[in-house]
Amino acid sequence: MADNVTPRIRVPREAAAGEVIEIKTLISHQMESGQRRDGDGNIIPRSIINRFVCDFNGETVIDVTLEPAISTNPYFEFTATVPESGTFTFTWYDDDGSVYTDTKEITVS
Amino acid sequence: MTFNRRQALVMSMGAAAAAVLPLRLSAAIEDNIAAFTGGAEIGEGGITLTAPEIAENGNTVPVSVSAPGATAIMILAAGNPTPAVGIFHFGPLAGAQSASTRIRLAGTQDVIAIAQMPDGSFVQASQEVKVTIGGCGG
Repeated sequence: MADNVTPRIRVPREAAAGEVIEIKTLISHQMESGQRRDGDGNIIPRSIINRFVCDFNGETVIDVTLEPAISTNPYFEFTATVPESGTFTFTWYDDDGSVYTDTKEITVS
Repeated sequence: MTFNRRQALVMSMGAAAAAVLPLRLSAAIEDNIAAFTGGAEIGEGGITLTAPEIAENGNTVPVSVSAPGATAIMILAAGNPTPAVGIFHFGPLAGAQSASTRIRLAGTQDVIAIAQMPDGSFVQASQEVKVTIGGCGG
């Protein structure tokens, strides 16, 4: 389990029906690539987040497959269409089986 | 000049090795592309890849991809130890088929983006990024 994994997400609080909004997410994670060596020359085992999914009311917005070439603290910026008020669910899947989730509410006026 | 059997054998082996070597270098990339496209032809246009021309730090290079209408976009870094970077799958609620992230680049190399279109065709774009400090440790 990676230490201090904290997701940070920016979603507007309100939107018009059908509006396209911008979402920014960042999660603190060391994303150890499995290519680096420690002081004794041993390879540091790979430990990354391998999948990120964003849903809105159960429908997929984006589903990303991550490889070791994604930087430390994976950052994603993308857009979503908001048909009605609801909840965005953000899920990150770690190599070690951990799953990190966070949600954001949005109100359609 | 005539060849005996041994000379002919050595020469044919050398020719075979020379033919295989350039393929070897890009085999990992080819494998990644084939896994994504299933061997389909890749066209041009309809996809935009935005990356800096010069990245001072290869540990975090901002890249953006955009392909209106695409169902998925794959990013590859041709010069990394493992070329795969990631695949974005766009769901029904994606506002636009575009995304930005930050990637690691081991050195100066081409970054390639390939988009899968809803009709099953593929398009690609690539850009060279000059990297001052590589981002794969070691």
